[in-house]
Amino acid sequence: MGSRQALDDFLAEAEELLEKLRQDLAQFGDEIESGEINPDLINGIFRDAHSIKGVAGMFGFDDIAELAHRLESLLDHLRLGKISPNGILLDLLFETIEGLGRLTRGKATDSDFTIDISAYVQRIEALISGSGSCEGVSLMALDLDPSLLNVLTEYEEHRLKFNLGQGALLLLASVAFPLDSFDTDLSELTSEFKHIGEVISTLPGAANDDPSLLAFRILLASKVPLETLAERVEFSDCQFTVIAEATTEASPECEISPGPGGEEIAAPGATEDTSLRSVSHSVRVDIGKLDILMNIVGELGLVKGSIAQVATDLTQAGQPLSRDLEKAVHALDRRLVELQKAVMDVRMVPVRQLFDKMNRVVRRMARELGKNVELSTFGADTEFDKLIAEELADPLLHIMRNSLDHGIEPSSERLAAGKPETGRIELRATQRGNHVVLDISDDGKGIDPDVLRQKGIERGLVDPAAQLTRQDLFNLLFTPGFSTRDEVSEYSGRGVGMDVVKNNISAMSGMIDIESQPGQGTRISLTLPITLAIIKALVVHIQQRDYAIPLTSVLETLLLEPGMIQTIEGQEVIELRNQTLPLLRLNQLFALDETTSTAGEFVVVVGFSDRRLGIVVDELRGQQDVVIKSLGQALSFVKGVAGAADLGNQRTVLVLDVSSLINDTLRGDGSLNV
Amino acid sequence: MKKILVTEDSAAMRGLIVSTLEAMECFEIIEAGNGFEALRTLPREKVDLVITDINMPDINGLELVNFCRSNPQYQQTPLIIISTERSERDRKKGLALGADAYLIKPFQPEELQQLVRRLLH
Repeated sequence: MGSRQALDDFLAEAEELLEKLRQDLAQFGDEIESGEINPDLINGIFRDAHSIKGVAGMFGFDDIAELAHRLESLLDHLRLGKISPNGILLDLLFETIEGLGRLTRGKATDSDFTIDISAYVQRIEALISGSGSCEGVSLMALDLDPSLLNVLTEYEEHRLKFNLGQGALLLLASVAFPLDSFDTDLSELTSEFKHIGEVISTLPGAANDDPSLLAFRILLASKVPLETLAERVEFSDCQFTVIAEATTEASPECEISPGPGGEEIAAPGATEDTSLRSVSHSVRVDIGKLDILMNIVGELGLVKGSIAQVATDLTQAGQPLSRDLEKAVHALDRRLVELQKAVMDVRMVPVRQLFDKMNRVVRRMARELGKNVELSTFGADTEFDKLIAEELADPLLHIMRNSLDHGIEPSSERLAAGKPETGRIELRATQRGNHVVLDISDDGKGIDPDVLRQKGIERGLVDPAAQLTRQDLFNLLFTPGFSTRDEVSEYSGRGVGMDVVKNNISAMSGMIDIESQPGQGTRISLTLPITLAIIKALVVHIQQRDYAIPLTSVLETLLLEPGMIQTIEGQEVIELRNQTLPLLRLNQLFALDETTSTAGEFVVVVGFSDRRLGIVVDELRGQQDVVIKSLGQALSFVKGVAGAADLGNQRTVLVLDVSSLINDTLRGDGSLNV
Repeated sequence: MKKILVTEDSAAMRGLIVSTLEAMECFEIIEAGNGFEALRTLPREKVDLVITDINMPDINGLELVNFCRSNPQYQQTPLIIISTERSERDRKKGLALGADAYLIKPFQPEELQQLVRRLLH
C-alpha cells in the first residue's frame, strides 16, 4: 500500500486527526480545571489516537504507530478510569501529540524520517505503572439481560460500572423508528438523552413484527427521575425499563492513583456533586430550528425599526422622555446586532465537511475512470452558513465531475503533452468580506474559446460576425443544452450541467466565473455570500415602488446627469472612469409602463469585479437589514427577483437577483428588452 | 458481483480496506462511516459479506454483529471484525456473538484478501 496517493491520504488524515486532538485536549484541559469532565470527549480522543495508530501501522510507519500505540494505551487507562486526569497527564498528552506531529510532517518530505521516541515512551510507561484499577463494582448483581452485556465494549462496560458506582439511575429505553428515517430520529432522541444524562450504548434490535420499523434499545444513565422522563413529550415513544435504581449513597470509590508527582485535581466524579453536573458540551440542533431563530431575529429588527420611528416622531413632537426612549432603542439595537451575530455564528460550518465529501468522490471517480488525480484543498477552515454548505454540495460535485471527466486527460495524453502523469485538482476557499470564494482549478486540457464560438455558431447562439470577448464565450457554457462534447459520459452526462449549476449558484445569490487556458487547465470561481438569511440591502424607489438590492453586490451609486447616457447598439450605457457601463431600467424589465421613461435620478452600480451593471432608479431610500423570504415554487420562473422582504410597517418589497440581472443584460437576453 | 459492506469510522483506514478489496477486482464495495449507515445499507443492498471495526461511536461493531445474527435475513452473512491487539475481550465477545473471523490492526493486505476469499470462496 505504498502509492503516493494513499500516502497523501494518510498524511492528510493524520494532520487532521492531530489538529482535532490538539483542540480536544485544550477542551479537556478546561474540563480538568472546571472539574466537569465529559466522558465522550475522552473517548473521542482515545479513538483518534487509535485511528492514527491503525493507519500508520498499515503504512509501515512503525515509529508513528509505536508512539500512537503508547498514547492510545495511556488514553485507554484514562477512559477506563485507571488513571486520573491532571495537569501532568495533560502536558504529557500535548507533548506526545507534538511528537507525532513532528514525525508526520517529517514523513511528508522523506518517508525515512524518524525521531527518537524513547523519552516519550518512558514517561508514558511511568505514568501508567502507577495506575490503579476501578473494577470494584460488579455488573453481575444487575438485572441486566446477558444479551445486552455481551455487546458492550470494554469501554462501555466501564461507563456502566462508573455510573453504577455513582448511584445513577440506569435505564433501558426501547423505541422503534421507521426504516427510512431512523438515523435522524435516533440521533435526535440520543441528543435529548444526552441533556439529561449519559448514553452508554445504542443497540439495534432483532427483527420485530413490523418490518417497516427498526427497534433500538438505548442504555442510559439518567440524572432525572423516571417520572420526569416519562412525562416529557420527546420521550413519549420510549418504553423505559429500570436496570438500577438511583441510590443516594455512592458505592465505595475505587482507588485511583494520581500518578507519580501528580497533584490531584478532582478525579472524574470524585464527588457526587460534580458527577451530577457533568453535561455534554455540544448540542445537535435541527437547522430548521435555527432558521426559526434567525427569522425571529430578523423580525425583531423590524420591530425595533418601528419603535425607532415612533421615538423620532415623539422627539419631533417635542414629547418629554422621548430622548430616553431613543437611548433605549439605541441600546436595543446594539444588543440585536450581537444577537444576530451569535445566531449567525451557530449556523456556521467549516467548508472542510464539503471538501472531505469531494475528496471521497474524487478518489472513487478517479478509480472508476482509470485516471490518476490528486486533489488538494486549501482554506478548509473557512466558514459559511450550513444552508449554503448543503446547497453547494450538488453544484460542486457537478463541477468536480466535469473536471475529472472532461478536464483531466488520460495519463498517456498527459505524458505526451509533457505534463506530470498525475492530474491535479485544487479546491481553494477564501473569505473576502461577506463572501466566500471557492476556486476549483484543474491542470487538464482546458477549454478552447474558438471551439466554443464554433459550437455557438452551429447552434445559432452566436452571430458569426459578432465580436465576443473570452468571457462571453465561456459564458456560453451556461446556456441550457450547450455542450462541447459529442459523446455521452456516464459521469457528466451530456448537456445537463453547467446551466443547472449556474441556476443553483444564482439561487444562493452567488456568482460563477470560468477562466480557462487551452492545454493548461480550467478554473471555476464561485462567489457566495457567507449567509443567506439576513442581508443588508439598499432600498431604492422606481415608479412608485420600492425594491431592495443586496448591499453586498452594490459597488457605488451615482447621480445621473443629463447627457451622460449614450446608446450603443440599442443598449443604454454610461461612461464610468473610462469604462462602459451598461444600464438596466427595471420599469422596462418588469413592464411597469408602456413608454420608455428617461426619468431616473440615480444609477446603482452593481456587480463583481469586471461584470458590472448600472440600475437606473428614481430615488435611494436608504440601507436596511432585510430577511429574504422565498417567493415559493409557483413564482420561481420570475426572472431577476431573488425573493421578497418585509420592511416593517407592513411594507413588502421585492429583492432583486443581481447576478441573474447582470448575466441576462450582458448576454442581451431578448426577454429583457434592453 | 458480490457485495462487501465495509463499516469503519476512520476514513483513511476505510480507504485502505476498500482499496485492498478493490485490488481483488471481483467485488462491489459499499462504504459505511458508522453503524447507522451500515444499518441503513443492509436492508437496501443484498450484502454478501460485512467487515466492521469494533470501536465506533453510538452503534459499535459488536452491536452490528449482534444485529445481523439476530435477524433471519442476515443470519448467514459472513462477518469479519477488525480490532486492535489490545481489545482482546471485545474480539472474543465478537466471535461469541457470531462473527466468522477477525483481523488485528495493523494487518497485511494479503491477510484481508485471504480471509475474504475464504469466506466468499
